[in-house]
Amino acid sequence: MNNKEKQSFLSKPAVQSTLAALLCIVIGLLVGYVALLIINPKGATEAIITILKNYFTYPSPKAAMKYLGNTLVKAAPLLMCALSIQFCYQAGLFNIGAAGQYVAGAGAALYCALALNLPWPICLIAAFVAGGVFGIIVGLLKSYLNVNEVISGIMLNWIGLYSVNMLLSGVKETASPYTVQLASTNPGALLPSLGMEKLFSNNKYVTIAIPLAVIIAIVLKVILSKTVFGYEIRATGIAKDAARYSGMKEKKNVIITLFIGGALAGLGAAFLFLSGYEQWSVTQSSVPSMGFNGIAATFLGGLDPIGTIFASYFIQHITSGGSYLDKNVYPSQISDFISAIIIYLCGFVLFFKLHLNSYLRARNEREKQKPIAKANKEEGGKN
Amino acid sequence: MAGNSEYAIEMLNITKRFPGIIANDNVTVQLKKGEIHALLGENGAGKSTLMSVLFGLYQAEEGIIKKDGVEVKINNPNDANDLGIGMVHQHFKLVQCFTVLDNIILGDETTKYGFLQKEEARKKVLELSDKYGLKVDPDAKIEDITVGMQQRTEILKMLYRDNEILIFDEPTAVLTPAEIDELMEIMRNLSKEGKSILFISHKLAEIMAVADRCSVLRRGKYIGTVNIADTNQDELSRMMVGRDVQLVATKEDKEPGEVILHVENMTVPSKLHHNNAVKNVSFDVRAGEIVCIAGIDGNGQTELVYGLSGLENCTSGKITLSGRDITHASIRERSTHGMSHIPEDRHKHGLVMDYSLAYNLVLQRYFEPEFSTKAGFLKKAEINKYAEKLIEQYDIRSGQGAPTIARSMSGGNQQKAIIAREIDKNPDLLIAVQPTRGLDVGAIEYIHKQLIKQRDEGHAVLLVSLELEEVMSVSDRILVMYEGEIVGEFDPKKTTPEELGLYMAGAKRQEVGA
Repeated sequence: MNNKEKQSFLSKPAVQSTLAALLCIVIGLLVGYVALLIINPKGATEAIITILKNYFTYPSPKAAMKYLGNTLVKAAPLLMCALSIQFCYQAGLFNIGAAGQYVAGAGAALYCALALNLPWPICLIAAFVAGGVFGIIVGLLKSYLNVNEVISGIMLNWIGLYSVNMLLSGVKETASPYTVQLASTNPGALLPSLGMEKLFSNNKYVTIAIPLAVIIAIVLKVILSKTVFGYEIRATGIAKDAARYSGMKEKKNVIITLFIGGALAGLGAAFLFLSGYEQWSVTQSSVPSMGFNGIAATFLGGLDPIGTIFASYFIQHITSGGSYLDKNVYPSQISDFISAIIIYLCGFVLFFKLHLNSYLRARNEREKQKPIAKANKEEGGKN
Repeated sequence: MAGNSEYAIEMLNITKRFPGIIANDNVTVQLKKGEIHALLGENGAGKSTLMSVLFGLYQAEEGIIKKDGVEVKINNPNDANDLGIGMVHQHFKLVQCFTVLDNIILGDETTKYGFLQKEEARKKVLELSDKYGLKVDPDAKIEDITVGMQQRTEILKMLYRDNEILIFDEPTAVLTPAEIDELMEIMRNLSKEGKSILFISHKLAEIMAVADRCSVLRRGKYIGTVNIADTNQDELSRMMVGRDVQLVATKEDKEPGEVILHVENMTVPSKLHHNNAVKNVSFDVRAGEIVCIAGIDGNGQTELVYGLSGLENCTSGKITLSGRDITHASIRERSTHGMSHIPEDRHKHGLVMDYSLAYNLVLQRYFEPEFSTKAGFLKKAEINKYAEKLIEQYDIRSGQGAPTIARSMSGGNQQKAIIAREIDKNPDLLIAVQPTRGLDVGAIEYIHKQLIKQRDEGHAVLLVSLELEEVMSVSDRILVMYEGEIVGEFDPKKTTPEELGLYMAGAKRQEVGA
């Protein structure tokens, strides 16, 4: 009996995903550690601990809370990008264009805030729509011209980047390539914190963005698993032909899915830039990595919105932790390297599940065989 | 070579397990030299696994294989080839854009200084083709020749490699009746020349016609071997299924009612080529009759059904369902207004394979108020209740009932689920496309009964089938399709499979529907 309970526990998909993700993380960290050893064996142990400790390196709990806040501020947009990719993935679409949709959202939010002096709710909506429009373009191309969403998504990433650079060059500081500070130009566009800053030692960047991102993740989970829309989206993703056969409008679904995906990424950008934590550099010539890191977070999260919450936090945690390394000895990209290894291992999640399941089945079978072998002769393999 | 043994190949006490299933449980098959030995079993009985063991694709956990009385180890297909074992697969393994000759020598080419020596090969192929009556044109490309000739190419491939033991895996599935007769003749010739043949099939008539002995498998277990001369179809089917089966569907005469489906000059373009797949086709299906579209695969039946169900747009023509013009109606509209469709490809169209059985059972109805709220939430409890009802009513068997993932169900039960879903919609017109393909005798019997029940209840049924036996026994009226046109209309009571075969192959046609 005890054995049986253990089995059903292990065979739960959520448990399996978690186990697989933890395994990926452990292996990723080990490989990262090896890389640190190669670069400089002396401080490697200390370095990997620094990455893992992130804000805990600060001895005072007050400071630690403050820097936990910083990690969360960046985890929220990452989560949004991850949700964007995840939502589209459920419909069988690989939304690598999330990076560009994120850029579009950033451009729209900052332009509304700095050039048009609009309050934050309007800026959020603008980012939502801008990201969504970028998603819709991909969706229309996919549905009506059968253009692969990966190709059109990547190309739109660049179109988005340079358009936003142009758009925002009117609101940049005279002496630097960065956009002007929100706090001094239009404080009304800063996201409200609702007193949460107090919890994080007066970290003013901690805003409603963080709980909002978590709530959105939960809402998405409900939509996907409990609604007619989610039923259609997933059916379209798993079996496009069956969806069409059953009379679903699969083209319309693809477009709506990409609109929502794009809007989520765009909103993610607004969550970061409207917190005032970062400014946009109008001379940047590579697409911000947030959208791409979202891919890692969503796969590490086992393609589940709730799992993605934790995965996004973890990836941001080690990314932030990497910035505490001694830059003279180790490149701060070591965290990116570890995340990259983890993404690479995410393919392993499926592999792990497959093997765990076949192991469980085989064990189950052996258990079953014992009594059957004794008692039964004819009816062994019934269905 | 120790040639004393009576047997060419013996597979003794073979046991092969897969996770969760014993595919072969202590199976013994002994192939005598020069005999045609049939291997009979339903789908999933373990025939393919057994052949894969013989071919070295799988290793058996228990049991031994003997060739000419000497134990051999077959670790991979090359070992099998070296032992002279060859196989004609159900789906031919031919390079479409190569010639017949190129395909035959592929993998066993004679070369000189790295250059192909085709002349020798051609001579050998022509000799073999003469000797066994295997008519082929060595210079024709595979894509241009008939399925029958492709099969002969496959057989020549085995003979070219001097294989002594020939395995035919369901070889008649793709052939017309005339071609089947021809193949039977070829097999007899081969065995006369001393080749030993293993003939895998679930068609009893063919086994009775050509085999010397027959071994039967059921659910992975070896049931027995019988001499064909001492047995009959009923006994074989009982051995295969484990109970008495009604092999031929029976139904009472019934006068058809009003016209339910009216198709006028329908034309549907092809996805494969620039011509139309369905050309100017007109027909009616009435209430209380089963109209069957017969024909060889690829003559426009698939596209005809796509046109009717809305999966493909018609370029011209008119479709009326129960008096309503549905020529330009959406798939959903057709589905909710009296059309049910059991699709040809149940994995591609019929089911969302990674959805649960319950979700699949509402695939056409999830949006109805019965199963979803106005706010757009699914009523999971209602869906499950409905699924339980259908599972009970249609005897759909699965591991865990309603929450079972469709992918993990057996083919027969997947098909039962689709049939339950489509029939329970209470349609005016039921379109069933090859509903029994790949299913075992028991499931076929069940499906035929359901189709006839629909007819008896006064629904119109349009059946598309490639199996002539099914066509003859189930339908009330037969339309033969050839190259996108309906070339003949027949009463199953007044025609023969041979006559239908002539029309299916395009040798004859009558003017119908004019």
